[in-house]
Amino acid sequence: MIYMDNAATTAVSKTALDAMLPCLTEDYGNPSSLYTLGQKAKERLEDARETFAKYLNAARPEEILFTSGGSEADNQAILSAAILGERKGKRHIVSTKFEHHAVLHTLKKLERQGYEVTLLDIPPDGVITAEQVREAIRPDTCLVTVMFANNEIGTIQPIPEIGKVCHEAGVLFHTDAVQAAGHLPIDVQAMDIDMLSLSAHKFHGPKGVGVLYAKRGIFLSNVIEGGAQERGKRGGTENVPGICGAAAAFREACEHMEANAEYLKPLRDQLITGLTKIPHSILNGDPVRRLPGNVNLCFEGIEGESLLLLLDGKGIAASSGSACTSGSLDPSHVLLALGRPHEVAHGSLRLTLSENNTQADVDYVLEVLPGIVSYLREMSPVWDELEHGQRRHLI
Amino acid sequence: MALYSDKVMDHFQHPRNVGKMEDADGIGEVGNAKCGDIMRMYIKVDHDTQTITDVKFNTFGCGSAIATSSMATEMIKGKPISEALKLSNKAVVEALDGLPTHKIHCSVLAEEAVKAAIKDYYDKNGIAYGDELAMDCEHCCACDSHETA
Repeated sequence: MIYMDNAATTAVSKTALDAMLPCLTEDYGNPSSLYTLGQKAKERLEDARETFAKYLNAARPEEILFTSGGSEADNQAILSAAILGERKGKRHIVSTKFEHHAVLHTLKKLERQGYEVTLLDIPPDGVITAEQVREAIRPDTCLVTVMFANNEIGTIQPIPEIGKVCHEAGVLFHTDAVQAAGHLPIDVQAMDIDMLSLSAHKFHGPKGVGVLYAKRGIFLSNVIEGGAQERGKRGGTENVPGICGAAAAFREACEHMEANAEYLKPLRDQLITGLTKIPHSILNGDPVRRLPGNVNLCFEGIEGESLLLLLDGKGIAASSGSACTSGSLDPSHVLLALGRPHEVAHGSLRLTLSENNTQADVDYVLEVLPGIVSYLREMSPVWDELEHGQRRHLI
Repeated sequence: MALYSDKVMDHFQHPRNVGKMEDADGIGEVGNAKCGDIMRMYIKVDHDTQTITDVKFNTFGCGSAIATSSMATEMIKGKPISEALKLSNKAVVEALDGLPTHKIHCSVLAEEAVKAAIKDYYDKNGIAYGDELAMDCEHCCACDSHETA
């Protein structure tokens, strides 16, 4: 099988697995227990915290809070900032139209509670500007939350510039870095990031582990009430094996970041060049300012789910933003925000590479994909109308 | 568990009666590209016996849209029009060994496409028909909300 859905999840690396196993079989104690076995687990937990602090360049390990994943981290960051804002009578939040649903649905919830939310429009290249953020900030803005890199189209946002704008305005800045962490350099201090969310399974760590970085002084509100774990900010016995695996994977990803990017970019660009040769196809998002392993295209006249099923039949695992794969009636909100018409957005394909992919994988995709697109177009009444001038080509 | 039954996958991967029919006696098209699925059904009719002698389809849509189109064509091919009119979406779903709940809508499209093709044949030949072919529901993305399997 050729796995090209690394933005969905990744295989756990050997390094991560090796770090996890002893926590399951030897040092399995509860970090809250005072005897030696518990304290050994506690030590592993704190080592992991230090690893994340180091590679994010957080000022202190205490600024790292472990969660169940990126979604929980996003929820906690946004809800905490909203509560802090309310105390000062600030109930306005700035975000973008193409955030992950963990952000958008949390903002929806706040809107129902009376908060006002401004969602920035997405420019055609899929990269918002710091200027857009500056213009949207109001005296009653309590939070700006903008993703580091988009999960569907992979475009990288100008985070340091946005951070600067937020700090000049005295507004908290959170970034959902789930797709960026381990793949792009992150320095929370240099980039003026107040809060950041990440998820371990996007960089060869295990599922079920996330991190919320919150700068000292930002009072977090609990999403999960319970014991005194995580400085009382997140109840529940810590997932020590998962957290240790996450830290090992993060260290490895950060240590090899440059080499991985150097390896992935040419593979990504071959896919982009090769697949955009298919007539009436288009790349979604800026070709350069995008994650090293992200390819996202639309093919006119076909529908994404059938494309994925046929690719699966050829042993290729990929994803799409079509309505049928999103489980809703509308295609991907990201592609719609980017300005793709519904009909075009239904025919989208996302291929996301990891360093486990090879040149042979790329060659194989380039070999089989054009045939699958043609086959589906042959069958499509939409394509028939496009080809006979009864319908206007949109791309 | 797989997303689709073996039968759905078989009809998706090896669709029967796929293609365009240049000399069709009736053509029915339902769905909307905006919503992500369009089915176009072509029928050839023996005027004397009022029998559907050949069927073809073109579909833009997901795996189950293609599979339901394919199955529907098999179910009406060689049948009298009177019988084809009785084809229900439920029968198509059953013939495919079931569909996921959120895909039932595709089977409704298949039923509608057959009816639309017959209606077109009736219209072209001045044959009167009753309310069963009065399709005032312009298929829209919201159809999912008022369909029952």
